[in-house]
Amino acid sequence: MKIHKYDTVIVGAGGAGMRAAIEATKRSRTAVLTKLYPTRSHTGAAQGGMAAALANVEEDNWEWHTFDTVKGGDYLVDQDAAEILAKEAIDAVLDLEKMGLPFNRTPNGTIDQRRFGGHSRNHGEAPVRRSCYAADRTGHMILQTLYQNCVKEGVEFFNEFYVLDQLITEVDGVKRSAGVVAYELATGEIHVFQAKAVIYASGGNGKFFKVTSNAHTLTGDGQAACYRRGLPLEDMEFFQFHPTGIWRMGILLTEGARGEGGILRNKDGERFMEKYAPVMKDLASRDVVSRSIYTEIREGRGCGPEGDHVYLDLTHLPPEQLDAKLPDITEFARTYLGIEPYTDPIPIQPTAHYAMGGIPTNVEGEVLADNTTVVPGLYAAGEVACVSVHGANRLGTNSLLDINVFGKRSGIAAAKYAAENDYVELPENPAGLVVDLVERLRNSTGTERVADLRNELQETMDANVSVFRTEQTIKTAVEKIAELRERYKNVSIQDKGKRFNTDLLEAIELGNLLDLAEVMAVSALARKESRGGHYREDYPNRDDVNFMRHTMAYREVAADGKDSVRLDYKPVVTTRYQPMERKY
Amino acid sequence: MATPTLLKKEEAGSADSPYITVTFRIRRFNPEVSDQAEWQDFQIEIDPKERVLDGLHKIKWNLDGTLTFRRSCAHGICGSDAMRINGKNRLACKTLIKDINPEKPITVEAIKGLTVMKDLVVDMEPFFQAYRDVMPFLVTKGNEPTRERLQSAEDRERFDDTTKCILCAACTSSCPVFWNDGQYFGPAAIVNAHRFIFDSRDEAGEQRLEILNDKDGVWRCRTTFNCTDACPRGIEVTKAIQEVKRALITRRF
Repeated sequence: MKIHKYDTVIVGAGGAGMRAAIEATKRSRTAVLTKLYPTRSHTGAAQGGMAAALANVEEDNWEWHTFDTVKGGDYLVDQDAAEILAKEAIDAVLDLEKMGLPFNRTPNGTIDQRRFGGHSRNHGEAPVRRSCYAADRTGHMILQTLYQNCVKEGVEFFNEFYVLDQLITEVDGVKRSAGVVAYELATGEIHVFQAKAVIYASGGNGKFFKVTSNAHTLTGDGQAACYRRGLPLEDMEFFQFHPTGIWRMGILLTEGARGEGGILRNKDGERFMEKYAPVMKDLASRDVVSRSIYTEIREGRGCGPEGDHVYLDLTHLPPEQLDAKLPDITEFARTYLGIEPYTDPIPIQPTAHYAMGGIPTNVEGEVLADNTTVVPGLYAAGEVACVSVHGANRLGTNSLLDINVFGKRSGIAAAKYAAENDYVELPENPAGLVVDLVERLRNSTGTERVADLRNELQETMDANVSVFRTEQTIKTAVEKIAELRERYKNVSIQDKGKRFNTDLLEAIELGNLLDLAEVMAVSALARKESRGGHYREDYPNRDDVNFMRHTMAYREVAADGKDSVRLDYKPVVTTRYQPMERKY
Repeated sequence: MATPTLLKKEEAGSADSPYITVTFRIRRFNPEVSDQAEWQDFQIEIDPKERVLDGLHKIKWNLDGTLTFRRSCAHGICGSDAMRINGKNRLACKTLIKDINPEKPITVEAIKGLTVMKDLVVDMEPFFQAYRDVMPFLVTKGNEPTRERLQSAEDRERFDDTTKCILCAACTSSCPVFWNDGQYFGPAAIVNAHRFIFDSRDEAGEQRLEILNDKDGVWRCRTTFNCTDACPRGIEVTKAIQEVKRALITRRF
């Protein structure tokens, strides 16, 4: 076991982690621990753009953007945070341009902007061009630009270091962050990183679904590490289903395709979104469009022999426009479906895409131990965190924005904290939990296989806690997850070695997914209303009296060692906007 | 009512099953077990419309958990899973079984020119070091403008092709010059230098050109076009290298 000491340790090297690293490295001795090489992170898969009211192509302002964000999140958004997001969006985009990001340009040389779902002029009047973009690989360009600037700033990376535990030391009754424990994939060695400040930027947890746009590696490692140490997870029942995933594969086809004029059609060729969202049509918010698609499918208007998908139609758009604005996604259709988008519509279905919930933080990125108490020295940003700027449903282009605004804020705040505070003593036997976990899995002679359990988990999640939910389906999932968590104790792996043991890694990731699936299902069961991405057929209306509040889920361990999820609630911060009925 | 989900696929062997039996012939190497690499065959049932990566997962998840490879996004964006498939560098997640003649064994081995660590995993450090050596970041002088720097759509288009690079190393590890001399910067580093040399906003083109004027720089390129053929992003790599060579001669870019 090796012990390292840094002022600031950042867990994860996607957009939020690297944006934080650029700030933290300038101000403190910083290490970035990442389970993937930085340019492999899933920020690179984001396509359509990053919202900011630059008003380069038409009238716009950050107040409209704030409103759209709050409304898009079905009024579960903390409005003070949304205001910061929308205000700081403008500088966040300009910062990236100055770092070298090659945005598409307008004829007069400024950053070009396009339409995106849920973004409107003057509080819902009509779609507005707010998304700053670089073809349909905006996330790729952001990831590359941030990595380039990390190289420029000399950011220190520990590549393929997998963080498995958050160290917390209680000092005078206050839980403080002491550091993290990481597993080095290349050697199997365990490393303790003592740090004054720790920032989690380790991404989402979508891999507990089968049809998902998420990478294989998005397994909620940061959420699970904090949750296991008694820290809460906020609003985990809210998961976004992106309307346009490639049928059966889940690969993302950007909403920018509809921003450029693409249309969703059912088997009769009908533009069905006109029925569900008369003003915004195909550019209504993602939860609305995903439910509409499944409603079409359920009512027998789905396409194909099984009637299990609908079409994204781009055939009326000029090929030059597709080549210039949507080159990657048209290529995906050709590669994976053998379809030519110039002439044929693309079969799509909703795909599990984004966790609105996560580790609760305030607007400085400080992690909360309960509704109000900060954990000194602990920060989170990006999809792993819940600020909450996305509420019950995130708007497209607000996640690339989130990672930049709150990545930067948490990087600055963590470095400042590190400068003003001393190290917290490491707990006794700091690597104990990780050593035990790794040894148990490596030496297990159990009969359960990781792939089987993961497959069963994904199937139950897809069937029971996705776009439509009822008490009965969620209960089915809760029971199944409990069974799988029990069987997980009997899981074994074939690779017993130390070198690049990805078999072990997948087993650990599955453990994280199972813990988070339980939190999600239990949180969803208790929320007896429909709001944003959480749609309960048995409670189809939003219930502001009882449920306009954030879920806070804690892990409780009983005297006999059995663990369970305990739920609490936190008020929503409301400033300018009172809840209204949400129409698009 | 539950959300509609995928129907169970038909099992292999039934009349209208899409599944076929394919042999994967994989170059295995694990220094913890043996210092010799060897070929190992695996037979799997797979839909020809699936990816080579799906096949590798079937093997790892059902047959041999020790099989080791990198992967993440599974749709050609993250650059983790470049490997040599039937003798050609490709991304396993962007190569469909039907496109590589599944009648014969499909050979899969690590990319060449970088040290193999285990099975299909290579040491990427020398590759990333070459990338870092070409100053892959925008360099500007003078005061920053308050708003964005202006750039015409035409100037932006000038370097569009080389912005697509995902640093997968398929190009560099397909280059015979790189195989013989690991000191050569390799196509990917030059592509990323190109991305900045031809960006109208950048002011360090001369410095980058000097770096690439080195004995291990662009002049080592023998124009074999292996890199262009290998690029999963369709970047015209050889053309980009030629443009850098031309810029070195004319000092115009």
